[in-house]
Amino acid sequence: MALDQSFVGRTYPPTAAYEVGREKIREFAEAIGDANPAFTDTEAAKALGHSDVIAPPTFVFAITFKAAGAVIEDPQLGLDYSRVVHGDQKFAYTRPVRAGDRLSVTSTIEAIKSLAGNDILDIRGEVHDASGEHVVTAWTKLVSRAPEGA
Amino acid sequence: MTAKIAYDEVEVGTELPAQSFPVTRATLVQYAGASGDFNPIHWNEKFAVEVGLPDVIAHGMFTMAEAIRVVTDWAGDPAAVVEYGVRFTKPVVVPNDDQGALIEVSAKVAAKLDDRKVRVDITAMSAGQKVLGMSRAVVELA
Repeated sequence: MALDQSFVGRTYPPTAAYEVGREKIREFAEAIGDANPAFTDTEAAKALGHSDVIAPPTFVFAITFKAAGAVIEDPQLGLDYSRVVHGDQKFAYTRPVRAGDRLSVTSTIEAIKSLAGNDILDIRGEVHDASGEHVVTAWTKLVSRAPEGA
Repeated sequence: MTAKIAYDEVEVGTELPAQSFPVTRATLVQYAGASGDFNPIHWNEKFAVEVGLPDVIAHGMFTMAEAIRVVTDWAGDPAAVVEYGVRFTKPVVVPNDDQGALIEVSAKVAAKLDDRKVRVDITAMSAGQKVLGMSRAVVELA
């Protein structure tokens, strides 16, 4: 069933702050096998001009996707999440995510399209730190595949 | 931000050192825990097959994380990446054996932009298929 176009432009309330832990960054860097010392060694990060260890570029997705849950699970929107696949993902950074950051995400529905029975949903997540400064924007395209035989 | 590559030293067509990243079921379980994405298509073969997949597949975000390593290793400072986007075109199928799958990543400078930035186009292949499309990063160089 096609999603309601009137949801385009809807913005959801900012999420409660997510505190970025240095050990969570380390865990993520190890999981992707990335030994860059900027993720785990404060001195190495400082040598690059950062105030503390930074997170790998895609780390923030865990935070923005959790925030997108407000959209995905909005009963009024009625997305069938069991049929959803991740279509596209993009990030634009003002600065890297750092240990100690307290990040809040504001999600907005940018577009809703229907293509060959598939519902396509574009969600933008604006990530700000505790002082209200912009850190990164994440764009997530989700595709809800048409049911078989539809 | 302190990239180790100078803007003036690169040209359109400059190739970044290519890398290959192995991925096994164990890798996917570890990534699920670290990322919080516990979708069973990434660890449960029975479930994956039931929803029409050939086998367990890697998280798209795992592939995205591996592909940018070619760029961050080249630039030195991961924060040199100011934009990064991909399209998930094909899944990385990860069989339940000792080998798993291999994600092969190459990249080259596609355009020189203003303010010491370059656009890098990334190619990620697995089992002979392109697994990412429109995979591009904007990188601020020294």
